[in-house]
Amino acid sequence: MRKLITVILLVIIALGIFISLQNIPFGISRAKLADHYIKNGQEETGAANIVTSVVVSYRGFDTLGEVTVLFLATIGLSAVLATLKRKEERKTEKASLILATGCKFLFPLILLYGAYIFIHGHLTPGGGFQGGAVIASAFVLMYLGCHEEKRIHEAGSILSESVGGLVFLCIGLIGLAIGAGYFLYNFLPKGEFNTLLSAGIIPIIYIAIGFKVGAELSKIIDLLMEES
Amino acid sequence: MIIIVTSLVISMLAAAIATYFFKDLLSAVIASCMVSLTAAVLFFLLHAPDVAMAEASIGAALVTAVFVIAIRRTKRYEE
Repeated sequence: MRKLITVILLVIIALGIFISLQNIPFGISRAKLADHYIKNGQEETGAANIVTSVVVSYRGFDTLGEVTVLFLATIGLSAVLATLKRKEERKTEKASLILATGCKFLFPLILLYGAYIFIHGHLTPGGGFQGGAVIASAFVLMYLGCHEEKRIHEAGSILSESVGGLVFLCIGLIGLAIGAGYFLYNFLPKGEFNTLLSAGIIPIIYIAIGFKVGAELSKIIDLLMEES
Repeated sequence: MIIIVTSLVISMLAAAIATYFFKDLLSAVIASCMVSLTAAVLFFLLHAPDVAMAEASIGAALVTAVFVIAIRRTKRYEE
């Protein structure tokens, strides 16, 4: 009986969303602000990736809020999981030689790929959050393959997370101190278009975000796997 | 093109319905990972590569890993 009511409610919600999306024409531009970003985004910020210029330059304050939310989630998770004790000791087999060697071989390659994603955030699709998630998945591979052998270096993880957040804040405050005087003002020279050292402060912010998100997500996996 | 998109959407719906009907929780987690993966492919076909990368790396890799670790700490079969 309860399942029938659930299914009927889901069908009503799906119909409502379907009918309300029918009236929105798909693919024509309606927003003037989006037109301004597409037309002038390239020469105002100097980044080749328009999504990056919106996320970091035009809406940089919202990105700061998102980074703060991730930080609070990690703090909350570590506060809850630090007091739990492991119920019983589970028997785990040691990893075979092929698996351990394969994981150790793949780990620096995946780290390199994640670093490539967040360093070239202003040129190719991607950015800080995507690169940080790829770095965290490299650490998941190490935890799954070489269990009980290696763990994340605690001090390094805490250091990279804190320094990443502080660099983001300090660059914003430097923009407030000099120049036209607003937070996250782009004060470095824009450089030549479509090269690595272009677009002002955008690559620096994305490198800081990449370090921070990678360290946070890896610490979450570390807390869940080894809660003892 | 329309055939590819239709088959992807049908497989995503089938995986989502299968998540409900599986009694083995590990199979249900793999089915929901399939939903995230299909969503990432559809995002890429709609010309949004940043969203596709975020969905694939976070939804299909990290969320599935966290769910599998949680199943390992609790029970594996429903009811």
